[in-house]
Amino acid sequence: MAANGDSQTVSEYIVHHLTNLTYGKLPEGFERYDGSVVQAGGQWTMAHGADEITAMGFNAIHVDSMIWSVGLGIIFCWLFRRVAVRATSGVPTGLVNFVEMIVEFVDGTVKDTFHGRNPLIAPLALTIFVWVFLILMDLIPVDLIPHSLMLAGVEYQKIVPSTDPNITMGMAIGVFVLMLFYSIKVKGFGFVKELTLNPFHHPLFIPVNLFMEVVGLLAKPFSLGLRLFGNMYAGEMIFILIAALFSVGVFWLLPAALLQIGWAIFHILVITLQAFIFMVLTIVYLSMAHEDH
Amino acid sequence: MELIYVAAAIMMGLGGMGAAIGVGILGGKLIEGSARQPELAPKLQGTFFLGAGLVDAIPIIGVGIAMYLIFVVAG
Repeated sequence: MAANGDSQTVSEYIVHHLTNLTYGKLPEGFERYDGSVVQAGGQWTMAHGADEITAMGFNAIHVDSMIWSVGLGIIFCWLFRRVAVRATSGVPTGLVNFVEMIVEFVDGTVKDTFHGRNPLIAPLALTIFVWVFLILMDLIPVDLIPHSLMLAGVEYQKIVPSTDPNITMGMAIGVFVLMLFYSIKVKGFGFVKELTLNPFHHPLFIPVNLFMEVVGLLAKPFSLGLRLFGNMYAGEMIFILIAALFSVGVFWLLPAALLQIGWAIFHILVITLQAFIFMVLTIVYLSMAHEDH
Repeated sequence: MELIYVAAAIMMGLGGMGAAIGVGILGGKLIEGSARQPELAPKLQGTFFLGAGLVDAIPIIGVGIAMYLIFVVAG
């Protein structure tokens, strides 16, 4: 880890930009970055490097992801509420028009795909779509916010919460819990019957059925969370790599700028697509959980 | 340590091949379907993007992990 003021190598720059701001408990006896040794009983503090993050173990919180995700959620709620209060039955303009477009789009998608009766689904779909779409934060130049925060003393920062696998898997597990809840609520004991007697309808095959169905069931939240994470992480990585290209030489400034613009335009498409896919898959899984033969 | 680069290259290469073939087949079906029934073209296009995102999922996860291996694990 380079100290502030030293010139960093390219890999150090990349690794620095890929590290989350972590708050956790260091075990006792651990030697910290600045040479001091942690006293008995452990110490709750912000991490100063990758090995400190590893030593903190499972119970460490990524403070920057939490703040950005909660903050973006609050901004979304506030914005949409302001528009909803102002909505009239006349012809909409500007911001009201934009919000209405999004709500109509989500409403149409839910109506096409969801075959049950549940007032929770459409607002859930809207929340998922808009929150993932706010990953437009990814398009802010790589160093702008982290560097300004570094000057303010905060050492690591990742401003796109979806590049943190904790956040995306958290959302996917939330959807999974909803799936299980509605499956049991709508189908009752039929849910267990479905797990154990598909696809072979003979009681002798129950272990085989259970195994296959459980694997299929677990694959859903896993792939849902990791798909979003993989896309966002790879996109962020390429942004950082192109940004590192700026430091090679004066000749590379213009091609690197063009590459950044080109990749940003492509990434807008990817973000929208991934938001759409996450939303549609959530609706489809919840629709499957509501199926009542 | 050099084997990590080879591993990441294989991950990205095979993933890219699978994604390209899958999305290519899907795109071909989209063109065929649009030619048969032009009025369904927008709906088919929406479904195409959905399918492309699903096909791309595992290769993109592979790319993410491969980049992590190259830049963070292998120094």
